[in-house]
Amino acid sequence: MSQDIFVIIEHLRGRVSEISYVMLAAARPLSKSTGGNVTAVLLGQNAQGLANNLAADKVLYMDHPALAEFTSTAYELALVGLIKENSPRAVLFGHSSIGMDVVGGVSVKLGLPIVSSCRSFTPEGKYVSQICGGKIMVEGELPSPTTLVTMVPGGYKAEGGQSAQAPALTTVPAPALDGLRVSLKQYIEPDTSDVDITKEPILVAVGRGIQNKDNIELADELAKALAGAVCASRPVVDQGWMPTTRLVGKSGKQVKPKIYLALGISGAPEHVEGMGESDTIIAINTDPNAPIFNLAKYGAVVDLLELTPVLTEKIKSAKGG
Amino acid sequence: MTYDGFKSFLLLLALLVATGIFLWRAYQLLWINLRRGQPSGRFKHWGERIKGVFIYVGAQLRLFRFSVPGTAHFFIFWGFLILFLTIFQAIVDGLVAFANPNFVLPLIGRFGPLALIQDIFALLVAIAIIYGLIVRLVVNPERYKGSHKNQGVMVLGFILTIMLSLLVMNGARINLGEDPLHAWRPISTIVGRIFGGLHENAQVIIVESAYWLHLGVVLLFLTELPNGKHFHIVTSIPAVLLRDLEPRGKLSPASVFNGNPGVSEVEQYRWRQMLDFYTCSECGRCQEVCPAYNSGTPLSPKLLIMNLRDNLKERGHALTAGLSNGVMKKSLVGEVITDEILWSCTTCFACDQECPLFIEHVVPIVDMRRHLVNEGRMDKMLQDALANLGRYGNSFGQSDRMRSKWTMGLQPAVKDARREPVDYLWFVGDYASYNATLTDVTRKTAEVFQKAGLNFGILHDSERNAGNDVRRVGEEGLFEMLVEKNSQVLSKVKFQTILTTDPHSYNTLKNEYPENSTGRMTVLHYAELLDQMIASGQIKFTKKLGYKVTYHDPCYLGRYNGIYDAPRRVIEATGCKLVEMPRHGDRSLCCGAGGGRIWMEEKQVKERPSESRIREAMALDGIQAFIVACPKDLTMYRDAVKTTGNEKALAVRDLIELVYEAL
Amino acid sequence: MKIAVPVKFVPDLVEELNIDPSGTALDTAWLRLIINEFDDHAVEQAILLKEKGGGQVTVMTIESEGADDFLFAAAAKGTDQLIKLTGDFSHANNHGLACAYADILKELQPDLILTGVQAHNDLDGSVGPLLAEQLGLPYVGYVAGVSVAGDKVIARKEYSGGLVAEVEIKLPAVLGIQASEKPPRYIAYSKIRQVMGTAKIEEKPVATLNLSGGSAVSRMFQPEVAQRATMLEGGTDAVADKLVAIFKELGTL
Repeated sequence: MSQDIFVIIEHLRGRVSEISYVMLAAARPLSKSTGGNVTAVLLGQNAQGLANNLAADKVLYMDHPALAEFTSTAYELALVGLIKENSPRAVLFGHSSIGMDVVGGVSVKLGLPIVSSCRSFTPEGKYVSQICGGKIMVEGELPSPTTLVTMVPGGYKAEGGQSAQAPALTTVPAPALDGLRVSLKQYIEPDTSDVDITKEPILVAVGRGIQNKDNIELADELAKALAGAVCASRPVVDQGWMPTTRLVGKSGKQVKPKIYLALGISGAPEHVEGMGESDTIIAINTDPNAPIFNLAKYGAVVDLLELTPVLTEKIKSAKGG
Repeated sequence: MTYDGFKSFLLLLALLVATGIFLWRAYQLLWINLRRGQPSGRFKHWGERIKGVFIYVGAQLRLFRFSVPGTAHFFIFWGFLILFLTIFQAIVDGLVAFANPNFVLPLIGRFGPLALIQDIFALLVAIAIIYGLIVRLVVNPERYKGSHKNQGVMVLGFILTIMLSLLVMNGARINLGEDPLHAWRPISTIVGRIFGGLHENAQVIIVESAYWLHLGVVLLFLTELPNGKHFHIVTSIPAVLLRDLEPRGKLSPASVFNGNPGVSEVEQYRWRQMLDFYTCSECGRCQEVCPAYNSGTPLSPKLLIMNLRDNLKERGHALTAGLSNGVMKKSLVGEVITDEILWSCTTCFACDQECPLFIEHVVPIVDMRRHLVNEGRMDKMLQDALANLGRYGNSFGQSDRMRSKWTMGLQPAVKDARREPVDYLWFVGDYASYNATLTDVTRKTAEVFQKAGLNFGILHDSERNAGNDVRRVGEEGLFEMLVEKNSQVLSKVKFQTILTTDPHSYNTLKNEYPENSTGRMTVLHYAELLDQMIASGQIKFTKKLGYKVTYHDPCYLGRYNGIYDAPRRVIEATGCKLVEMPRHGDRSLCCGAGGGRIWMEEKQVKERPSESRIREAMALDGIQAFIVACPKDLTMYRDAVKTTGNEKALAVRDLIELVYEAL
Repeated sequence: MKIAVPVKFVPDLVEELNIDPSGTALDTAWLRLIINEFDDHAVEQAILLKEKGGGQVTVMTIESEGADDFLFAAAAKGTDQLIKLTGDFSHANNHGLACAYADILKELQPDLILTGVQAHNDLDGSVGPLLAEQLGLPYVGYVAGVSVAGDKVIARKEYSGGLVAEVEIKLPAVLGIQASEKPPRYIAYSKIRQVMGTAKIEEKPVATLNLSGGSAVSRMFQPEVAQRATMLEGGTDAVADKLVAIFKELGTL
């Protein structure tokens, strides 16, 4: 039984995900309040190199062919043994397609409680979670001896979890991982023929307020005038009005443009996860209570369908066109 | 056998064959299918029905709404009736020719003034026909787009031939001196003079040739009648006689087939509606006034009815022959008539209002929409709106608890009709309650009621959407649920009259809600009530507003419920000068929001109906304000004024705002 | 193929959410419950699989406001069996719920269990993985597409950035649904009314729930708004002008 904080590192196709760094950044002050160390847990095959910039006191690395790519059953089996053996104070998982697949199984197998949607920890080591679409915050103690926590981004900057110095890495033996019922067949690449919105400095984002496919043209014109690109929130992509390559959010792309102009977007957490780190967020929404106004730097309660063509014209004339 | 004997024999034969073909076709195309149709209920109020035949068929009243074509058709119609006697004469003459070649009908055949009328009408009809031909061949107006031009031209040709051959035949007879009434046939005489110089034998040949041509074309026309749009000649009187006399704003409940509501195949319609499909003369007047058609959507009421008719004919044949392929595999809803066509309708009733033959267009559309809803075939926005209406009782997806938020801060507070008895129960409606940009008008309305000394109250969060447009969208089950919920609440409230600001709520509460314990509920639109109160002196205006305004008749107040004058009197009472737009009264152009369209995704259109309307208003000299009496109109036109760039030039205001200002 | 869909109801975010006097839970007076959106997708996905390859669909829920209506609507879509668990669920967390469902599912023995990948009021993990482990079945979540291949299923698992993985799972298994292949269909009211007359909801009582697995809440509160955006006032024209000025300031123009 220890007071260490374990952080389960997530990686896909050779890249460590951003949430892993956020969790490491969260683990640091948490470990101070528990009096333990920050241990990163890395599972993979020939993946030691991924540990090089992790801001952890040490790394526990497990190597096995079945861990080369993420599958729920393999990771779960690997982690159950490790956690049982080490009995850390808390284990941080990403609230993601990787973390959420395994934390439940570990909880039931080892009889450990879960705290989900955790955004940050208080200096006293209490968890602060956000639920109900971000409208409700919950605070509580982390039950001992061990609590499993799933973390959402927003409370800590990823840079806080990165280190110039590679931490000490210890290889631990992997359990038997054969005869698993879940196997990865293939990855399906996201469409790369389209614009890469993660590289655009100016993004014009459309949400439900755009109302129909034809109005997207207005956003196109505005984006063109600004020399940027159009992206969208989930409802727009679900309707088929924009391709998934333009999706910004939890299940889409993470973008950090200089300017993010959000048109008719309410600001649900799933979308904010994808753009919350943008330099300047400008929000246009007819609902004055839209959560996006708590995130944006500038906002206006006007109809985007009226504003967009007018704005496009003014920008064109300002550019001397 | 003599020529006359041969003539009688051939004529009898031709008559029998033509009549036989006509009856056979009428049976195959019409009767068989009507027999398949659903029952249409009992028909009552025969006095009013017969009166309608005199007014709408006899006097051709609705036809004059398009004045020149209407006049032409008036003469064609009456010419047809009057000259029918000449055809009758000709037939009888021919039939007895073998016995008496110079037979002339007693009375009819010897009555001079009748001969004169017939002669003049033959000319008038010919002129009207030539006008018709010019319109069809040269002008080719928009409203004929999609109509069968060739058929139209052919029949016009038939009628012209019939008229001219009659005049030629009469003319030749006069030349031969065989017409005792020749003094009464000036036109025929003039025609006869054209070939007056020919030999007597030639004249005889002309008489007989013209005779055969005349009757030949008549009989040919007879056999062609059941095939096309000219069947309306036969079906128009029954169609007008059996027209629906229920209030316009009252839809009939959904018919159910195999447990599924709505119409999915054409033979599921009531026979009375099938009669409508056959009665369409493809005149296109409905198309002309349809806001959906004119804004570029695929809906044309005329083409809709034509397609229903054609589908009925084809399926009729297939059903009779026991076939199961070809047309039987083509679904009515989706293939013959696409989903998009059905969803384009705003249910504004302009088509039904315009149709000279009282063909119902809105009802068949709603029947098919009921099928679409049952299948879940609708766009996401409409699906969400219906889900919200079902769960929260409003289409905005806002909590029912927020419905009376607009009353916050009003002093004195708006009464809760659930807690205390009131004279007027004000049914506010969704848009007036929830739409943030409209609540200031709703508050003004409350203040006007208070200043007028009305004892009124609202249902607060027990009010649900009245259901008018839910029904028109085809969600009959949800409509019934909303009616049930609202009726339950209403039954517990003590009130005298229901007062509405929204014409859609007005329409359904007045015409479709069940009677309560005291009988049919009295429902008023606030324009009616204000009109009454101004007339009785209960409301006195302190100011005379001098604005030059125009008034837009809401569909569900005007066309559906006949309220045109009350709002106008109110406007004039406030001291405004009212100028009418060309399309006013029952020609008012729908704003485009009705029939659930405001809940649907807007497709790219040529020109929105609301924008067309604003431009129409702007064409009025010196106009300052556009007055509406419906919250949806207010929203639609405020938008349209912006998108047409007239925001500074034209103020869109609700009638209540004028009253508020003038009090 | 037998498919089971356990669902749950969550606070309707359209209504105002208030904290109760104890400061640790939501005030139930103003609370309305609505189906967890992801569970709605799970039902739709199950129906789609049944329409494609035949089989039987069972939907189960706990006794709650709106449960009956939801079950009847599911029946109108094509669900064959409706189960409602009865008992005291007032303090239930997801671990407890998973236990309760597991008992029923052990009896039912479905080939495939679909449930929403998460719910917005989850505080102790989501139901799917907990349920899977209780039953000893594999779990894959964030699934937006399922196809059946004999005794296996191929699931399209979504990662961020638009990356999708095709994962093969040997049945029986539990999938956490992110989105159904087609958005949940509309069911006309008349259909639901019809079904209310014929469909039967089986009630299964549940013994005391296991309430461990989560953490006690010491404080529940509404987030303080750190800083609100600088709001640009005026109509369309005025706002557009102000935005142009902002763009100039940021160096875009």
